[in-house]
Amino acid sequence: MITVTDLRKVYRQGKKEVVALDGVSLSVPKGSIHGIIGHSGAGKSTLVRCLTLLDRPTSGSVSIDGTELSSVRDSEIRAARRRIGMVFQHANLMDSRTAAGNVAHPMELVKAPKDKIRAKVAELLKLVGLEGFENAYPSQLSGGQRQRVGIARALASDPDVLLCDEPTSALDPATTDEILDLIQDLTRRLQLTVLIITHEMHVVKRVCGSVSLLSKGQVIESGPLAEVASDLDSKLARALLPLPVSEPIKGALQAGPVLEILFSGEGAKEPVLTGVARHFDIDLNVLAGSVETLGGQQFGHLRVQLGDDADRDAVLGYLRNRGISAKLAGSTADEAELSEFAPADTDFAAETGDSK
Amino acid sequence: MNEIFSNPVLAKALPEAIVETLQMVGISAFFTVLVGLPLGVFLHVTVPGGLRPMPVVNRIVSDIVVNITRSIPFAILMVALIPLARLLVGTSLGPVAASVSLSIGTIPFFARLVEACLRDVHHGKIDAAQVMGSTRMQVISKVMLPESLPALVAAATTTVVTLVGYSAMAGLVGGGGLGKLAYNYGFQRFDVTVMIVTIVLIIVLVQLIQLTGEWISRSLDHR
Repeated sequence: MITVTDLRKVYRQGKKEVVALDGVSLSVPKGSIHGIIGHSGAGKSTLVRCLTLLDRPTSGSVSIDGTELSSVRDSEIRAARRRIGMVFQHANLMDSRTAAGNVAHPMELVKAPKDKIRAKVAELLKLVGLEGFENAYPSQLSGGQRQRVGIARALASDPDVLLCDEPTSALDPATTDEILDLIQDLTRRLQLTVLIITHEMHVVKRVCGSVSLLSKGQVIESGPLAEVASDLDSKLARALLPLPVSEPIKGALQAGPVLEILFSGEGAKEPVLTGVARHFDIDLNVLAGSVETLGGQQFGHLRVQLGDDADRDAVLGYLRNRGISAKLAGSTADEAELSEFAPADTDFAAETGDSK
Repeated sequence: MNEIFSNPVLAKALPEAIVETLQMVGISAFFTVLVGLPLGVFLHVTVPGGLRPMPVVNRIVSDIVVNITRSIPFAILMVALIPLARLLVGTSLGPVAASVSLSIGTIPFFARLVEACLRDVHHGKIDAAQVMGSTRMQVISKVMLPESLPALVAAATTTVVTLVGYSAMAGLVGGGGLGKLAYNYGFQRFDVTVMIVTIVLIIVLVQLIQLTGEWISRSLDHR
């Protein structure tokens, strides 16, 4: 279990103070994977540097299973670091070492006996699916294989926490999923506490049990995946269940009110739309929609246009009575915000990074 | 061809000159690496933002010691260091004495090359090493030096080639070797054969050093 409490980091640039982290708090229980998502410049890198103690936080605390890390003395900093295994975006393997040599590296630092190192290296390489690649140099491995070596190396010091900094951002989609599945599998088998820092919503959807949205050095939304996804007003829900930006089909529609509907869990099983159509005897037109399974629950996010004779307040009431979030869509501000997150499931930062 | 073998200077003085040149290059290459490598590491890790920042000391060593030594032309440095050679080895003549000024002339040059090699080690590797709990010495010995080894070998090769050139100059002020032979006999006595033979030998020596260095560097490179 890792707990981060009110973490602040202020950099000094000449006379100016730059607040990189402004009171970040997180708590991730053992055996679970927490995603931290944010644009470039949101403070993700600073957070990683503070968690690994490469930078000292200005104030606040980081603790693993109750042991405080952020205030340890310089002489104890190396032992503290070994409790956190870190996986990097580009694996950061040593080119002069073989796969086995790279995995052995953290154990050599504490002068572990040679036969012990050899046994552990073999075990770890097997664990990440790289049996038989002991003597391969990083240049002879694919990107995914290099990342597997990186993960094995991160586990070599028996850490409690695995910190993954954009672990799949340099990989193709198929390899991304392989690595994510590996991380999920290891989390279960070794009862690790995992933090994944990423800008890809796909990563969060696939493996994270909970997620935090980091923006301007603050956690602005946080919670279990199923919880944040069912809040129609949350930015994370919009990013998790994006609606494509669609041009209205000219002439094909009556000018009726447009509703946004988000259903989850039990609500997702009922035939809501046809229910509305029958109950009010009106026509409905689905403009856009996205259906996903998140955190083991079914979610649906729809934009629906009603006929202009429909009583929109009655329809909203009908939906809300059945535990479905619904609201009137279509105000310009709302649309602008929507389009900001719309294509987010492929690349969160690329689409939204500099728009703020 | 016949002239080469019948030339009395070549028959008598050439073997000794070759040995002297190899001595000068060998001894000074050894000391250049011995001192230049740690100096280069020091220059790299003490820069602001480095592994062990020591801005003031770094400025002093970098600007005063290294840059000043490097800005003195070797011909002048060599003569200026004759008293030091006499102090250290008891004489100002011969290849061992010449090695003193040769080493001092090339140490800062090699140190700068080492510094540049280490700077090329990707910062992510240093981060990775620190996160896994390395001490600073372990970062240097297990990451910086092994990761830049191919480049370091190439830098050492360049330095040794430079030393061959400097050793010819050192020959003129008492170091002996091929430089002295070419000057005394080839230039001052107009013995064209001696001149050509020494030039060819130096070219062959440089080629051998360069090819060997490149081969070692390549075989160490796993990128």
